[in-house]
This record gives sequence, structure tokens and C-alpha cells, in this order.
Amino acid sequence: MDAQPTKLRIEPLLWLLFSAGGGVAAFFIPIHLFILGIAAPLGLTKATDYASATAFLAFPIVRFYLFVLCSLPLFHAAHRIRYTLYDGLQIKHLNEVIAACCYGGAVLGTVIAGYLLWSFQ
Amino acid sequence: MKSSVATPPYTLNHPRWYRKRVSTYWWLLRWEYLRFVLREISSVFVAWFVVLTIVQIYAVSRGPDAYAEFQDFLKNPFVLALNVISFFFVVFHSITWFNLSARAMAIRIGGKRVPGFLISGPNFAAWLVISALIAWLLLRE
Repeated sequence: MDAQPTKLRIEPLLWLLFSAGGGVAAFFIPIHLFILGIAAPLGLTKATDYASATAFLAFPIVRFYLFVLCSLPLFHAAHRIRYTLYDGLQIKHLNEVIAACCYGGAVLGTVIAGYLLWSFQ
Repeated sequence: MKSSVATPPYTLNHPRWYRKRVSTYWWLLRWEYLRFVLREISSVFVAWFVVLTIVQIYAVSRGPDAYAEFQDFLKNPFVLALNVISFFFVVFHSITWFNLSARAMAIRIGGKRVPGFLISGPNFAAWLVISALIAWLLLRE
């Protein structure tokens, strides 16, 4: 293996985002996914209705929370997917393309989430 | 006189290293390897949750009809099954993440390293409290 998988200078920043996103994902995602994706559709708990959803989103702090909940875990996932493809499947000749797609996807998701939450009426 | 640092006494050329080609399926050979790869794959499901959340926010912003459509989408058996699988993966991520925090943080008190469970323990406790708090906020009448 070559000594350096990449020459990106922003590697420390990417690692920081990975680490922060991993923490956010670990603490917050399981309960959200359980209620949203399993309990509510099965009728085990009440689903958040439209009125309460809009009431929640009216709070700036909720919108900020959702922005962090979307953005940081995306960078975490981008970092992990990138290195899983690198080490796991040993796709090394496409290193730059994979990195661009992974982090680009995270940036895109962040921009979309930011736009939706910022422009929410 | 020139600095000797610029001219190292050894040759810069070295013979090609002998590296055995690692199989693409190396991660299937041992449970530890597979567990590592499953942990890494959990990030795909983390990303799926984010996509779901963004779509939900979009649906709310589009109005009651779009939101009702989104809730029907969640009741689709395939989506439900995917979410159940995703849930197991994100829980796996949480558990491995908190266990990892104990390895990553080497805290020493009085010259002795604090045992791992004293670092991961509070993380698990915080996870429980945060989850209960979010559930209460979302489900209270």
C-alpha cells in the first residue's frame, strides 16, 4: 500500500467532521429512526401530525437542531463510506473520484437541508 | 561544507517490497473483520436516515397533503423493512461508537489510566437520557 491514501490537506478537518458526526449519529439517530420509521408507521406510538410538525419547525432551535442532525452525520457517513471502499473493496485507483462523490454528497445534503430549514415558513 | 542532512548515507532507491495481494473478500475471513466492515457499513444507514429526515422536512414545507403522502410512504412494507434494518445498524453504530470512545480517550488520573467502562458508561447513560428526552418531546400529548 502506498504511504498516503490522499494528499488532501483538509484531512484533519474531514476527520473532525467524521468524529463529530459519529457522535451526533450515535446519540440522536436511533430514537428518531425508531419513532419515525418503525413505531409510528406500525401504530405503536402516535405519528407526529402535520400541525405539531409545523409547530416544531417554527422554533429556530428545532431547525438548527435538525440542520446539525442532517449535516454532521452526512460527513461522518461520507468519510466512512470513502474508506470502506478504499480498504474493503480496495478501489484505490478511483480514490479522488470516490472522495469527491462522498464529500460532495455530504455538502449537497447539507445545502439542501440548510435551504429547506432556512426558507421554512 | 554542505550539510550532511541533505545527503543521507543510505541509498534512496530500495528494491520493490514483497506484498502479498490481499483478497477482495478479506473481511469475510474472520468475525472480527466482518464486524469491522458491518460497523463501517452502518454509515450507509446513517445517511439513509438523513435522507429520510430531509424528505420529511420537504414534505412538511409542501403542506398537509405532501406530509400525509410521506407518512403513507413510511407505511410501505419495503420502506418499513428497510427502516427496521437501518435501526439495527444505527444501534450497532452507537454501541461501537461508545465502546470506541473508551479506547480513543486515554484519561489518566494519578498516573493510572481510567478503565474503559468509566468512559463508555457515562456515554451509554447519556444516550439513554437523550433518547428518553427526545421520545418525550415527540410523543407527549
